[in-house]
Amino acid sequence: MTSLLPTHLPALLSLDLPWGLIVAIKTAVVLSIIPAGALILGYVFLLKMMSHMQSRLGPMDPGGFHGWFQLIGDGIKFIQKEDIVPAEADRRVFMAAPAVILISTFLIYLVIPAGPRLVVADLEVGIFYALAVSSLSVIGVLMAGWASANKYALMGALRAAAQLIAYELPLVLAVVGVVIQAGTMSLQGIVHFQANGEIFGFGGLGLPLILTQFVGFALFLIATQAELTQTPFDMPVAESELVAGYMVEYSGFRFLFFFMGEFGTAFAFAGIAATLFLGGWSIPGVEGTVADILGPMVLFTKIMVVAFLIFWVRFTYPRLREDQLQAIAWKYLIPISLLNILVTGIFKVVA
Amino acid sequence: MQKHLADARVNVELETEGMVLNIGPQHPATHGTLRVVVKLDGERVVSADPVIGYMHRGYEKLTEFRTYPQVTTLINRIDWLSSFANEVPFIHGAELLMGIEAPPRATYIRTVLTELSRIATFILFLGEMGVQVGALTPVFYGFRDREHVLNLIEAATGGRFHPNFNRIGGLKIDLPQGWIDDTRRVMAKVFKSVDDFEELLVGNEIFEVRTKGIGVIPSSVGAAYGVSGSNLRASGVDWDLRRDGPPYLAYRDLDWKVWTHPDGDSYSRYWVRMQETRESARMVLQMLDGLPSGPVMAKVPRIIKVPEGEVWVNTENPLGEMGYYLISKGATGPFRVKIRSASFSNVSILPWLLRGVYVPDIITILASLYFILGDIDR
Repeated sequence: MTSLLPTHLPALLSLDLPWGLIVAIKTAVVLSIIPAGALILGYVFLLKMMSHMQSRLGPMDPGGFHGWFQLIGDGIKFIQKEDIVPAEADRRVFMAAPAVILISTFLIYLVIPAGPRLVVADLEVGIFYALAVSSLSVIGVLMAGWASANKYALMGALRAAAQLIAYELPLVLAVVGVVIQAGTMSLQGIVHFQANGEIFGFGGLGLPLILTQFVGFALFLIATQAELTQTPFDMPVAESELVAGYMVEYSGFRFLFFFMGEFGTAFAFAGIAATLFLGGWSIPGVEGTVADILGPMVLFTKIMVVAFLIFWVRFTYPRLREDQLQAIAWKYLIPISLLNILVTGIFKVVA
Repeated sequence: MQKHLADARVNVELETEGMVLNIGPQHPATHGTLRVVVKLDGERVVSADPVIGYMHRGYEKLTEFRTYPQVTTLINRIDWLSSFANEVPFIHGAELLMGIEAPPRATYIRTVLTELSRIATFILFLGEMGVQVGALTPVFYGFRDREHVLNLIEAATGGRFHPNFNRIGGLKIDLPQGWIDDTRRVMAKVFKSVDDFEELLVGNEIFEVRTKGIGVIPSSVGAAYGVSGSNLRASGVDWDLRRDGPPYLAYRDLDWKVWTHPDGDSYSRYWVRMQETRESARMVLQMLDGLPSGPVMAKVPRIIKVPEGEVWVNTENPLGEMGYYLISKGATGPFRVKIRSASFSNVSILPWLLRGVYVPDIITILASLYFILGDIDR
């Protein structure tokens, strides 16, 4: 990654900063975005939205107003707890697994643009890269499940691996429609395509690709749900059957890593969906430095909208069985996404 | 089922090594300390063996060292979700031996409270089933709505969970003022709550694929294993001790319906309990309209001594048939009490039922059979 950065130096900031400083700033931003995104999602959706939907009283109480202290209290609790490694566990692998999951989350953020110049690395294969590195987390899950020396953990990890086969294909195929229409795999390019697009000759709003790729958007969200191991596809964790699946032996700060990885990935995937289908940071008619300032806020708003959908489903539906997920993926999602690609391709050639 | 079994056997022959998985005694799905030892082939169950006894508290033996009024304190804790219903058959048996009949008002109030504990138990089940198949939300609604009913029980008896309210010959005290109006209001909430569960889960495709056809108990097999209550009615057996057993409480005066479902799977067990919750609420409303006046306590001697004799009383409790075989030698306490608790028989079908299913289905089946550990181990 670092070797690609210098070429984007002039584009990133008009200020003439030393190369090392730029890299340091970018690293700091990416490193801080994961905890920030995870905390925001955790706070807004897990604690507040869920408490409202499920009429939970606990998370609304601590600290007085609307239970603002709950998240901080949870953080303190996790840090205080003992970091237990089971006696039978494969120590090194066990301890490395949460980091592997978190790293895969970090890598996704590198390509999500938040403004015309606010992107760590605008890769030509951006979306391809993002989906590829997001699959890395399964390696971490398998490591965690195998190293825990626990049957529940092992079953959870194997389910996660089996699940990967089911949802990764529809996830990629859902994106292909967008790529065909925009003609580029660079996320920045896709955003520009949407910003400059027209709806039947009316260019005031740009062309958010959700209007033409609504099937792709739905498929992408469903597959995202499986990628994030959220209900209805949370079989790898399945707290009522596998207790907590691959996370069962983790405690304290390492468990917090899993938690941050989960919500950080949710934030990243909401970001990808917002970028691909909702126009990303773009505001029609606004360009240059102003877009750099407003872009992150626009993107953040869209991320929250998508994340709301993701978490709404999570708190509403029961869980499918592993074989039922495979059936849904292979019988419905993949054929529909292939059909979507076909139709998109026809329109692309004809129009 | 047969096909799955055959598949499982073939896989064993192909030398995929089986794995023994202990579900419980500490596991969220067993809501207590049931242990199910399952032998797995991949995710498929080859054989399952429930191990009970982790919660054995020896209540049958303990009753021999207590006086009759003290026994209700113990048997309250057998099925702790519907404690009031536990007291009824024991007290009824003692009354039969003594030849005392509780006044009509006491009988009616007993019936109301029994049905209220049934509603409390079932509302929790309706939510609990959701969380066991993965939907987190319903269980919170279940706990929230059950609280209204528990408040009523607490207002009348003084105990939220363990009322200890029955006395031989009647009840401890009469209902508090305003309780009847409160109950009418809460029953409206119960109807609404059951409607909510119906909307949340019953129409849901995922809930249906997870429960329909899972854990099918044919009526003959269920009856042979001694499965009773809603579990058996969900298999299409039209049998309810409130209607078909020897008369007890005020059920003969009421206009109500026994719900059955022909399928016998987890879904139908959910459906039957849902209907029965509504039916119970309707019964409570009927009884409130026709509540007789008068005393709540018959004339009983100051020191209760039950004359020599034996009696068997079985009643329709929320979890199924509950029975007490009571032997008295004329002392202040029972000579011997044998308790037939519903959950014990209901889980005895597990080895038959769990063969060939997948791991997630184990949880669905355990949840839909709806047992209470105290009711299994006593």
